[in-house]
Amino acid sequence: MPLNMRAALVSVAILFVWLLLWESATPVPEATEALSEFELLMGGADQEARVPPPSKVVGHAWDELSNPFYDAGPNDKGIGIQLGYSLYRVLTGYLAAALIAIPLGFVIGMSPLMYKALNPFIQVLRPISPLAWMPLALFIIKDSEKSAIFVIFICSIWPMLINTAFGVANVRGDWLRVAKTHELGPLSTAFRVILPAAAPTILTGMRISIGIAWLVIVAAEMLVGGTGIGYYVWNEWNNLDLNSVIFSILMIGVVGMLLDLALSAVSRLVQYQE
Amino acid sequence: MSKSFLSVESLSKSFPASGKNEDLVVFENVDFKIEQGEFVCIIGHSGCGKSTILNILAGLDSASDGVVIMDGREVAGPSLERGVVFQNYSLLPWLSALQNVIFGVRSRWPQWSKKQIQEHSEKFLKLVGLEEAMQRKPAQLSGGMRQRVSIARAFATQPKLLLLDEPFGALDALTRGNIQDELLKIWSETKQTVFMITHDVDEAILLADRVLLMSNGPRASIAESVSISIPRPRDRSSIIEHPGYYKIRNHLVNFLVKRAGDKEDSGSGTRIVDPAADAPVDAGAQSDLLRSAPGQEKSFKVSG
Repeated sequence: MPLNMRAALVSVAILFVWLLLWESATPVPEATEALSEFELLMGGADQEARVPPPSKVVGHAWDELSNPFYDAGPNDKGIGIQLGYSLYRVLTGYLAAALIAIPLGFVIGMSPLMYKALNPFIQVLRPISPLAWMPLALFIIKDSEKSAIFVIFICSIWPMLINTAFGVANVRGDWLRVAKTHELGPLSTAFRVILPAAAPTILTGMRISIGIAWLVIVAAEMLVGGTGIGYYVWNEWNNLDLNSVIFSILMIGVVGMLLDLALSAVSRLVQYQE
Repeated sequence: MSKSFLSVESLSKSFPASGKNEDLVVFENVDFKIEQGEFVCIIGHSGCGKSTILNILAGLDSASDGVVIMDGREVAGPSLERGVVFQNYSLLPWLSALQNVIFGVRSRWPQWSKKQIQEHSEKFLKLVGLEEAMQRKPAQLSGGMRQRVSIARAFATQPKLLLLDEPFGALDALTRGNIQDELLKIWSETKQTVFMITHDVDEAILLADRVLLMSNGPRASIAESVSISIPRPRDRSSIIEHPGYYKIRNHLVNFLVKRAGDKEDSGSGTRIVDPAADAPVDAGAQSDLLRSAPGQEKSFKVSG
């Protein structure tokens, strides 16, 4: 049997065992004694006052996914709409970051002076948690939506900037000599030699960035609220709807995986073997 | 002053002193000329500055002193008039063999149509026997095939001067022999002027009209200019039967083994030798081909 087939079988087996354990570990709670007023308020002895078993989550997921774009007011929107808001913010902030990071990375990579001059700033700004920017962003921008996009922008700029600069600075001397002996001007050299040579490294940076951006958007939306998958998770926690919480956690994972797959498909296009 | 196609005049390269040491002079008073259509090889031990001379000719490096004049103009900076083939092929790995040649052709003639560029590039890949592998990337080609692409790219841009920096240095003997044949074939069709670095005496005799022998560095210079007076077309299997072959070979090997380190020898200007003709050729008769720099003896200092 081919390796892929065997691996798929093992995956299915692991999933099955995990679901079985999960199902059996979350029995319906039974009331053994009279419930206090607080427990009653918190839904004690209610079938739903437990981590829901996978069978419930799957059923709920089916309901949500069969009607992903309904909009029944600010606190009740379909999962598709919530993910759409998050994706819109992530992609806007990410693309803005790419538009600045890649040209700037080129400059830094091509100029040893700029490399050394900007390096201290990058080293200080890079380790700052993107959420730490949130208060400042809210004060300056005065718009929670745009502040969330700014947070995505600031967190996705660093990997792209650093990887672009690194890729550009490390283009093999041989290839630059080829450009020189063929009388390419600076612009031609940048587009016909340096860009394709550094493209795999640049794409690596873009892939790291999109991953970080998707991690950060959940936290950012929990803070700013209103719409988006992060807000949705927090809202469903407030509703004590753990079915929805678990379902949206899974959806965050699936969308993150799809974003990564998309970037890895692009990076395969520019990959080359030396 | 000079009517030669390429004229290298009292070229020297030195690196500034570090601490109290003297300046490191790699080579000095290097003078030679190359005629249009000539194939010239340069041989010398490692460190004598052969590659530096080639890089100066290519415009990738600059000399500390002296000038290079090609076709009446001083060489300054790289140009498509001078094509270079490096030992490590220097192909762009994200382009196919054909695209690599097109890269060169497009840079040379940007005004050409796509079709014209493509046809011209394919023609040169066919000349080196790569019509089957045109769409492959360099990583999918053997070392020999990569060097053929590199040679095709250089010849396709039809530079006035072609510079080959030990192009076969990294190849095994069999592949090397085959590509030498390809090189001879493409050279005989294009009649390009070629300046080539090699470490291989037999390769030099097979390919060159003239072999320049360099003395050892530091303070290296060109000690001899050896004519290879074996008629063309030459063939790898039959060239060894030529009566002059072993005379030339012994002369070259003898120089490299015994005389390359001889300091008095290297100071006396460049001797013109034709071992196959039994006696040294009268230097005056070939003064147009090779001129001894005036004052060379005076400027020479014994190092140490």
